[in-house]
Amino acid sequence: MKNKAQVVVIGGGVVGCSIAYHLAANGCKDVVVLEKEFLASGSTGRCGAGVRQQWGTEMNCRLSTGSARDFENMNEELQYEGDIEFHQGGYLLVAYTDHQVEQFKKNVALQNSLGIHSRFLTPLQAKEIVPHLNIEPLLAATFYEKDGHANPFHVTQAYADAARRLGVEINTYTTVTGIKTENGRIIGVVTDKGEISTPIVVNAAGGFADVIAQMAGVELPTYSERHQILVTEPVEAFQGPMVMSFHHNTYCQQSPHGSFIMGMGEIEPHGHEIMSTWQFLKEMSDKITNMLPPLRYLRVVRQWAGLYHLTPDRQPILGSTEQLQGFEMALGFSGHGFMIAPMTGRLMAAHILGLDHKDKDIMTTLNMDRFAKGNLFIEPSVV
Amino acid sequence: MSNHEYDNTIICRCEDISRAELHKWIDQGLTTVDELKRLTRATMGPCQGRTCRQLILQEIASRTGVPISEAKIPTYRQPLRGITLGAIADMKLDEEGKPHEE
Ligand SMILES: Cc1cc2nc3c(=O)[nH]c(=O)nc-3n(C[C@H](O)[C@H](O)[C@H](O)COP(=O)(O)OP(=O)(O)OC[C@H]3O[C@@H](n4cnc5c(N)ncnc54)[C@H](O)[C@@H]3O)c2cc1C
Ligand code: FES
Repeated sequence: MKNKAQVVVIGGGVVGCSIAYHLAANGCKDVVVLEKEFLASGSTGRCGAGVRQQWGTEMNCRLSTGSARDFENMNEELQYEGDIEFHQGGYLLVAYTDHQVEQFKKNVALQNSLGIHSRFLTPLQAKEIVPHLNIEPLLAATFYEKDGHANPFHVTQAYADAARRLGVEINTYTTVTGIKTENGRIIGVVTDKGEISTPIVVNAAGGFADVIAQMAGVELPTYSERHQILVTEPVEAFQGPMVMSFHHNTYCQQSPHGSFIMGMGEIEPHGHEIMSTWQFLKEMSDKITNMLPPLRYLRVVRQWAGLYHLTPDRQPILGSTEQLQGFEMALGFSGHGFMIAPMTGRLMAAHILGLDHKDKDIMTTLNMDRFAKGNLFIEPSVV
Repeated sequence: MSNHEYDNTIICRCEDISRAELHKWIDQGLTTVDELKRLTRATMGPCQGRTCRQLILQEIASRTGVPISEAKIPTYRQPLRGITLGAIADMKLDEEGKPHEE
């Protein structure tokens, strides 16, 4: 392991690997990535793999639609040996209350103004897209055919391989245990395998970003929360899009492999606990067999859990802080960090290297100081 | 045995993963069952790795020269065999929150 680097990235999830790659691709090759387990072993490898552009804030829309462009070309751009398995089967978002219908109308107007050509649908139109959807209590839906999913392990691996080829050092099974500062600035990182001196640390530690910030003495307005998910046996393809309900707090998609993956938001204590529960299995089954009745015949193969790291406005925290010079943050993805990792990498790299980027206003808007200033735009459409 | 035949030996039958495919990833530095599982789907089939986990450990050991006794033991999740979403939905939960059939 190097003992000196221009930038140290903490976290070998999709976000850390994307940032490392974009730093190197922009000429900053003296970069070290530190990962306590293996690549994508954190939230990235536990996530629902969904890539959606139908969001309710301008920032989330722009981050996700820019990232979707990247996913479309990723195998080629990163010259990946495998396949990131990006598949655009669309997302069907379903509304069950008048309040949700109003929100969806606003969302579609915003999305359309940003080049995301989502459509507002009647229940019958929704049923044409997902014939097995129970539309009994449904009031409306929205659909965008360019939403979809990609394989989180392969996306992370693709960024990591490309970063390594450009000279980035990636150290797995290496745990950060401390951060060294002097006169309000970063001077190094301590790991269980030795120290690295560096003027810049990127906190991309996902559900443990709060722990890393604590090591640096930086206070975050965020918390971690368990989210559970399950997968069924594979069956012949019969559901094109992801189906998502903010009313039931659920999402469900059929993977390219044929299995159905579904998850649900629950009321959870804050923390880093990721045990699976029966209660989830039960409630998930109740909800999904009601929303998508034929799924009742599918056998559950596995269930697992991972961490969301949430901010007060459900948008990530990106960039620097006045609390500590050289401490850069890409955290608080609030359950959608996989799908916006490509743009996050581009913008973080440009910001760290002082380069121009046409979307660099996003970095200003998503700086952590927004919480002190108030005046937040809260993302209404999360599970 | 020719090299070709050797490479195409299937190690994980459920997911149809060959020795060549596993070696490709092992050579790229993925030297635990957990990592290989996530990139290749090996051990994720209906038998949940009962047939192939040991074979994969052997492949890692022989390819990397690190004995199995020193290998990282993968997280083993009990397969939830045979339970359908419908059967779970039809169950009632007892006071402890555990489901039991009607
Ligand atoms: C159940 C579930 C479903 C989800 N579904 C989706 C979805 O459909 N679409 C979507 O876009 N997002 C989804 N998400 C959110 C998404 O998984 C995360 O936002 C995203 O993976 C964050 O990536 P990351 O690289 O920041 O974090 P992680 O992938 O968690 O990476 C951080 C890494 O840092 C490492 N680390 C932590 N502490 C240390 C330390 N001290 N030293 C060294 N390394 C350390 C960890 O091991 C980890 O690998 C889901 C999340 C969950 C839990
Ligand atoms: S043989 Fe590999 S999962 Fe069954």
